[in-house]
Parts: sequence; C-alpha cells; structure tokens
Amino acid sequence: MADELTIVHVLPDLLGTYGDRGNVLALTHRAEARGVACRVVEVGLDERVPRTADLYVLGGGEDSAQLLAARTLLADDLVAAVLGAHTTLAVCAGLQLLAHGFEDSTGTRHQGLGLLDVECGRLEERAVGEVVTEPVDLPEVPSLTGYENHRGSARLHGSARPLGRVVAGVGNGHDDLEGVQQGHVIATYLHGPVLVRNPALADLLLSRAAGPLPEYEDPEVEELRKERLDVADPRRRRRHLLGY
Amino acid sequence: MSSRVGMARYAARAAAGVARRLRGGSGTVIAGHVLEALAPGAVEALTTGRDVTLVTGTNGKTSITALTVAALGDEHLASNPDGANTRAGIAGALATGGDGAVVLETDEGWLPWAVAQTRPARVVLSNLSRDQLSRHHEVRALAVSWRAALAGVPLVIANADDPAVVWPALAARRQVWVAAGARWTADAATCPACGRACRRGPTGWGCTSCDLRRPRPHWWLEGNDLCGEDTRIPLRLDLPGRFNLGNAALALAAVDATGGVQLHDAARRLADVHAVAGRYQRVRFRGHDLRMMLAKNPAGWLELLDLMAPDRCPVVLVFNADGVDGRDPSWLYDVSFAPLRGRTVVVQGRRATDLMVRLELDDVEARLVRGSIADAVWVLPAGRVDVVGNYTAFQTALKEVRRG
Ligand SMILES: [Zn+2]
Repeated sequence: MADELTIVHVLPDLLGTYGDRGNVLALTHRAEARGVACRVVEVGLDERVPRTADLYVLGGGEDSAQLLAARTLLADDLVAAVLGAHTTLAVCAGLQLLAHGFEDSTGTRHQGLGLLDVECGRLEERAVGEVVTEPVDLPEVPSLTGYENHRGSARLHGSARPLGRVVAGVGNGHDDLEGVQQGHVIATYLHGPVLVRNPALADLLLSRAAGPLPEYEDPEVEELRKERLDVADPRRRRRHLLGY
Repeated sequence: MSSRVGMARYAARAAAGVARRLRGGSGTVIAGHVLEALAPGAVEALTTGRDVTLVTGTNGKTSITALTVAALGDEHLASNPDGANTRAGIAGALATGGDGAVVLETDEGWLPWAVAQTRPARVVLSNLSRDQLSRHHEVRALAVSWRAALAGVPLVIANADDPAVVWPALAARRQVWVAAGARWTADAATCPACGRACRRGPTGWGCTSCDLRRPRPHWWLEGNDLCGEDTRIPLRLDLPGRFNLGNAALALAAVDATGGVQLHDAARRLADVHAVAGRYQRVRFRGHDLRMMLAKNPAGWLELLDLMAPDRCPVVLVFNADGVDGRDPSWLYDVSFAPLRGRTVVVQGRRATDLMVRLELDDVEARLVRGSIADAVWVLPAGRVDVVGNYTAFQTALKEVRRG
C-alpha cells in the first residue's frame, strides 16, 4: 500500500454541479482512515491536467459548463491518454466527456475524448430520482445507491462494459444498464455523491490506485446506505411488506 | 374592477379568514385558489393601473420583499410577506391585500407568468444559483427564461455582482445596477451569454470571449452605508449579515425608482424589520434563546456559515429533502462545513443521516437527536442556540418553537 496518494479533481469549477466534491472527500477520508496521506490537486481552467497522479475525478455539470470543459480538455492532446492510463472516476457530464460524443440540449452532437467506447445521446425524458443498481463483475462491491438527474443516455459498444444493472431508476437508458467500466475508468450517472454512498466503490478505486487496503467500516455511512436502499430498492420494500 | 372580480375577491378573503381560524397561517394560498377559480384572469385585473414591483432570485427574495414593503411605508399596499410566491400565493396576496402599490415576491420559475399577468413597473433580481436541482434542473435554463420574460419590462433593479442576473436584466428597457455582493460564485464560471469562461477579479467579473462584464453600479455599499453618485445613506438593520445589507441596497434602489419616497426616511424604516417570515427571529424556548435561520441551498449555507462564524454557541441543524427542499441533498457537498468545527452541533430531520455523514467528512463532530426541537435543545446547556433548517425543516421548527 502506498503511503501517499495524489488525487486530481479535473475542472471542479465547471464539473461540480451536484456535490461532486463529495467524491474527492470520500476518497481522501477513506484513504486517510488507513493512514494514507492525500494530496488533492484541483485543476483550474487555465491549468494543465497533471500527467502523473494516482487518481483522477471528473464530476457533473450543466450544458454550457460541459461544453466549455469539453473544449478545454480537447485542447490538451494528452488528456485522454493520461486519464486512460490512471484510475479515473467520471460522473454524469464526466462520463459523457470521456465518450466518443454527446448531445447538448438542442440535440447537436459534440465530440468527447473518445476514451470510452460509448456514444451518448438524449433520453426522451429527463431522468430524476433515486437509483439502485447491481454491479457487474465486481464481487467486492454490493448494490450501488445514488441519485440521478440527467438528460443524457449512454450506449455501450465493443470494449465498454456496464458498471451496473438497473434495479430502480433509469441509468444509461439502454438495456437496463448503468454506467461504464473500461480499462482504468469507472463512469456513472449516479450522484449522491456516489463514492459517499458506496464506500466499497471508493475502496475499489483506492486499492487500484494504491494497492490493497485494510478493512475500514464507517457506521454512519452504512446507516446512510441502509436508509437510501430501504427507500429505493424494490426488493427490500417487498421484503418489508412480507415481514422478513 | 369588474363585479365578478370583486365578488371573487370577497369570497377569497372570506376563505382566507376561515383558513386562518382553522389551521393558523395566513390563508393566502387558499385565497389565491378561490380567487382564480371564481374569476380566471383576476391577477391581471387586480394589478391593472397599479404600481407593481416583482422581486425574484434564488436567495434573499423574501427579505428584499419585506425590506421594500417596510421602506415604502405604505399601509395600503398588497404583498406576500409569508413567502407564498407561486401563482396561488400571488393571487392570494392580491385578493387579501390593500389597494395601493403592489410588491410581490415571485418564485424564480413563476417569473415569466408573473410578468405577463401583472405588467410590473420594475423587477428586482437578487441572484441566481443552484437550488432544488431536482425541480429546476439547470441554472442557465432559468436565466434564459428570465431574459425572455424581461424583454419589454420598463426597469430592472439587479445585482451587478452576479453574471447570471446581469445577462437577463439587460433584456429590460432600463437597468439600475446595485453592487449587492455575491459570496457564492460556483454557478458563474461560464458566461450566461456565450458559454465561454467568465473570470472574476478584485474589480469585478467579465467574459473572456464576448463583451458581457460587470456593469458600473449605480448603488454600492461602503461599510454600512449605501452609496450612490451623490448620496450616502447609513443603513441600520436589525437583520444580521452582510448579505442582508445587499438585500437592503436592492430594496432601497427599488424604492428610489418609485420616485415617491424620501430615501433617508425609507432607510430608517428598515430598522423595524426584525425577522422575515420567521427567519432571524429570536425565540425564548424551553430555557434557551433560539435564533431561527433558514439555509436551503449551498449559496445560502455559505452566507449563514459566515454569519455564525464569530459565534461559538451550540447549533441545531435540521435537514429534510421533501418537496420544495429538492429531493437530492448532494448539494451539501458544495459547501465546506469546516467553520462548525469545535462547536456543539446537534443534527435532526428526515435526512439527518445525510447531514451526519457530510459533517463527518469535514471533521465536524455532531450528535444525532431524533425528534423535535424540544428534544434537540434538551441535550444542550441553557443559553443561546442557533437553529438552522432547510425549507420544510425550518417551517416545522418555527411552528414548534412559536407554540412554546
Ligand atoms: Zn460571454
């Protein structure tokens, strides 16, 4: 296990509309609980994305902020390669920016970084509400809980795999899938923030970046998970109704 | 006024009276429903020929409305001081209020409707930032709808420090700019006009691509003084916080624009505003001196955390995510709660666990106490306590402490 981690928060001024700073906080909190010191680098609009860090985080943003972020990131030839070579979490607009392309509110297609083998379009209706998914091929991660608020869809191709199968909510809008896994990247439409509500996912990213981690349980966070899943997971509601 | 509108207004007032007796509260919303059901179009009829001021923005609109009403000092005016600011609330305020000038707090989303119905002489814009994103979705979409709605409005009094209100304000025929301040800037990173980067410096803000920039203010604050080209008016507010000085500046600029009021007298009347729809109200409750405060979005929290910073008294935080609160509390992560470190913090509300986790991540020690405000203050030593709730939590808490 490494004893120091550098976490890069990419363009938080543009991509931070739904509490996305919380994902960085969850990572540093859980790393520091294991004695791993964290250095957080916030990349401003005029700054270059650092080339060698341990973990990169991209958040969500409104249409105009997302377009400006796309323009900024595409102007740097190396960004796609840097993110692709390191553990990266991308949420909502962040997911779309890493795709081949995405659509704005007028239906115009814009180029993404093409790091994910994914094409993002528009959902017929905005997806707003609690989401529950079952992670795909991640045995160490239990059900994911989050909140979605997006108009974007995501269609996965060839080498992109889903992050989860939708139990409640909308997600990618195709084949009942939610999010993307490809190479070192995990991408999702879930806010909440997603790493606060899903500590196992935070630990997965940390262990990929820093090596194996000792156990750490946070009772407050477990209580929050239980509350959100009790409300949103229809399988749990059924269990409650049946009385077991 | 047609006899039909007059009858509807009479019935609406009666309904409000019954509602007040049965359920407490002001009955404004019920009056609005009755008015509109009996006389569709009554809002337009009841504002025709009157001097109408609309006040909107994400934060401060209730306070600016109350301060404007106080500054005008007109006992015959119609207003909605209880914060009922959607269609029914506005209709209700017109049904139950006086026949003089009209000052209406207006929900951000209802502004286009309110402008079309009431044809205001002036609109006051305080600021525009993320709030209830599960309902409003995007800040920019609201700015676009405001810009369309304000085209043709004779005058807008707007906060020069917030690009998101300056851009829509420019659509009006004339503008009065007030440097009312903007502590929260996270929703102003992109230019509302062209989408390119908007930069902020010590002297203001400006787009890096188009010519949108901070306009030269007609009114600004120097300490506690409101200053204009050749005016200096001392402000002595009972409402706390720098942001309330900004609210007062916007209110006085609006009053100045009516042309009929001596501004120094108007400013003196602001000191009589001690609370706004219960906010900042001090209440003696179960051996404690409570100060009741509302914080419903990140910009509001930022202001209140500043306000509470010099104080070390215990804090009760009540947090819900119901209806008008917005159903997604992710925005708690947009604000640093670190200023609360070292204080005694009690948390409650239907989403208390979300807030407990949030505080933990900022190393703020807090204690969860389920139940009512009475349960929360029970665990605190006698003395002063700040109670902060988001929208529905605040309403419930206020009702409880007012009952005693
Ligand atoms: Zn511009």
